[in-house]
Amino acid sequence: MNRHRDARVGILFASPWILGFLIFLAYPLISSLYTSFTSYSVLRQPKWVGIDNYRELYFDEVFRGNLVNTLYYAVGAVPLSTAVAIGLALLLNSKVKGMAVYRTLFFLPSLVPMVALGTLFLWVFNSDYGLLNSALRGMGISPPNWLGDPAWAKGTLILIAMWGCGQAMIIYLAGLQDVPASLLEAAELDGAKPASQMRHVILPMLSPVILFNVIMGIIGSLQVFTVPYVMFPGGAPARSTYFFAMYLYDNAFQYQRMGYASAMGWVMFGITLGLTLLSLKISEKYVHYEGG
Amino acid sequence: MTPLQKKQLKIALTHVALVLLSALFVMPILWMLTTSVKPINETMTSPPRWIPSQFQFWNYREAVMYGSEELGYIPFLVYARNTVLITILTVTGAVCSNALVAYSFARLKWPGRDLFFSVTLATMMVPFPVIMVPTFALFRWLGWVGTFRPLWVPAFFASAFSIFLLRQFFRTIPMELSEAAKIDGASEIRTFVDVIIPLAKPALAVVALFTFMGSWNDFMGPMIYLVDQKTFTLSVGLQAYQTTHGGTPWNLLMAASAMVILPIVVVFFFAQKLFIQGIATSGLK
Repeated sequence: MNRHRDARVGILFASPWILGFLIFLAYPLISSLYTSFTSYSVLRQPKWVGIDNYRELYFDEVFRGNLVNTLYYAVGAVPLSTAVAIGLALLLNSKVKGMAVYRTLFFLPSLVPMVALGTLFLWVFNSDYGLLNSALRGMGISPPNWLGDPAWAKGTLILIAMWGCGQAMIIYLAGLQDVPASLLEAAELDGAKPASQMRHVILPMLSPVILFNVIMGIIGSLQVFTVPYVMFPGGAPARSTYFFAMYLYDNAFQYQRMGYASAMGWVMFGITLGLTLLSLKISEKYVHYEGG
Repeated sequence: MTPLQKKQLKIALTHVALVLLSALFVMPILWMLTTSVKPINETMTSPPRWIPSQFQFWNYREAVMYGSEELGYIPFLVYARNTVLITILTVTGAVCSNALVAYSFARLKWPGRDLFFSVTLATMMVPFPVIMVPTFALFRWLGWVGTFRPLWVPAFFASAFSIFLLRQFFRTIPMELSEAAKIDGASEIRTFVDVIIPLAKPALAVVALFTFMGSWNDFMGPMIYLVDQKTFTLSVGLQAYQTTHGGTPWNLLMAASAMVILPIVVVFFFAQKLFIQGIATSGLK
């Protein structure tokens, strides 16, 4: 009887999540899959339209533009901010004085709320009065129009993503502190140069953390919303910063096209899933698990 | 060069790199702070002016009281109260529910537990926009649109990421501790509250801080569910300072932004040690 009681207690403890999972995940997922095959505005009952929404998506020029923009952003932001976060973590893992202060300084930007961050960067990247362009002009470089030029706007957002990589940086730092010093000493005794220590000791030890962060980064960057929404209303200039999540939001809440928005959501889910599985597949070759 | 000199050179170079890079990271925030105390006519100069001719600290009071003909009055203090209320409820809900659930996944045995945990991990891949429409319809059906409830009630039902983080931590606590408590006649809930929770403080701090930041900064949620300006949160309310007519009072906007950031920086400053300890000992590595 003891086992039955144990099971009851276990399920009781887990019940908030069991309920949360059913109410806030399973039900909305099933419902949105159904909604994606209907024409639905909150005010009227959903009407079954078959695959019309998906067909319309296929021919929707705006949606195609979103897709390109979002993938462009993800392909730029994920590797670059991974590289920056690892680089900073390595630097922050060295043994010099005042490390606590440096760590706080590098983490500070990721504490800034997205909305404040967006408005702040409107200011930093302003082509006439902005901090960055003044600095570039001071160095004799004729600066680009970061916010107004479709060719640069996405790059601006990628730069901002790199600036906010503090959370990943802290996680890498914790991972680095886990690399046994004895392993590095052994490598050094064997005459391994820093670059080769990096390649053969540090990166393999860090690889599970990199995989975790890269996957979270992919999922996050495919949903990018707040910063572009604040900085580039309507995806200006020339819809070059109009992303997936923004168009989805506009369809759901501006145009009341909830069925179409749901179909878009499922395409997004499919792409997320595909890219995650791809990362896991690629990682099999490179990720090193301790004792595994 | 002797090995000692070489080592000193390396340390010096590390310092140089750290100082230059951290300047790059902190500069926008410093810029925000100096802009927040400038007179309005010094906010748009070329080249930019770092040090204002006079420090207008009353910009902060102005930002709190700000109103204009086009915008009406921006109730900053009302936004702040709303945000604090939602954040407190969310953090309380998240810490309690995630601790219970993660404890169950880590240390209690029940059929289907491990399978359900794998499913839980997989749910982290579901992008919020996919479930946005039905979730909105659900809250609308409940009559909760326009209230704070859609923003904090879900926090009481745990979330996959926090469960994962706490579970990894709970697993590192030796089972013998629970067994000893049980031999002493403690119930499961007693063991959880008296033995496990005190040991899990760093990990709980990480969950609390992440949840705090998420809730304080949430933009999409309030934008979807809040209708009346009086119910807005700070992150949505900040937008009110930006006018489409180009007359944005940048100094006031920056002052308001600085006030939005301040609580987070203060919380981080005090929670920092617990936080980094928590990350280092939890599953996030």
